[in-house]
Amino acid sequence: MLVQILFYLFATLLVAGALGVITARNPVYSALFLVFSFVNSAAIWLLVEAEFLAIVLVLVYVGAVMVLFLFVVMMLDINLAELKRGFTRFAWLGWITALAVIAEIMGVIWGHGLGGIDVGRGFVSEPASYSNTRALGQVLYTRYAYPFELAAVLLIVAIVAAIALTLRRRPGLKVQDVSRQVAVRAEDRLRVVKVSPEKRS
Amino acid sequence: MITLADMLTLSGILFALAVAGIFLNRKNVILLLMCVELLLLAANFNFIAFSRMLGDLTGQVFVFFVLTVAAAESAIGLAILVVLFRERRSINVEDLNTLKG
Repeated sequence: MLVQILFYLFATLLVAGALGVITARNPVYSALFLVFSFVNSAAIWLLVEAEFLAIVLVLVYVGAVMVLFLFVVMMLDINLAELKRGFTRFAWLGWITALAVIAEIMGVIWGHGLGGIDVGRGFVSEPASYSNTRALGQVLYTRYAYPFELAAVLLIVAIVAAIALTLRRRPGLKVQDVSRQVAVRAEDRLRVVKVSPEKRS
Repeated sequence: MITLADMLTLSGILFALAVAGIFLNRKNVILLLMCVELLLLAANFNFIAFSRMLGDLTGQVFVFFVLTVAAAESAIGLAILVVLFRERRSINVEDLNTLKG
């Protein structure tokens, strides 16, 4: 019963946060509402006993991705008045689409009798010593080892792409060029000049 | 107890809100990226609900990969956005008409 109350509480907050994301006038508020939504999602994932993914969601999304979003939002000097113009022109289309999607999904769920199944228990019951993180690690490093490595490669590609895209070379900047510093030779810098001594008069 | 219908309904509402957000904020590229994040979150809800219900960890592994790909996507998307803003001084979608699409 307590779990159910908590679920509805977090679900309400999550939907409110999502509404805030799409209706906030300022992108900074949108980003903060999105952080709020992610935290509530993590709480719901904890309630359905997906502990590892809940922690990952908080660490990766709230800790890294949303900070990146906030950085970019605050770094760019956006003309908000220009972006807000015409905000409501297609709003009715958006709301109609949203209602249609909700109605279709509800129809599928209730039409196929998916109502009464308990997500937490499911069809199999785990022992009390069951650890979601341990179980996930056991399949991730054995059966899904290659996809896991592939995900790592993807992240490397993303890092390289993001840095290569945003790297800015400004001409006339006084910076060190390490390869030139290393490649320097004494002959290029130092010239030994023979000076004939003057005669003592 | 949390029923499957609760989880699926919640994810459906979240998905619909994100779709509505794409319609509403179709000028601001940053908000479009945020709405895509919400869409992926809604999909992850379904994966986790069915994974728990069926007692199969594959769904949760897939959520893990979706999170990875979404993080990479938003990093590259924001990098493109920064470059775009340097070039055009604007992130309005209507200004991005070089390809005449």
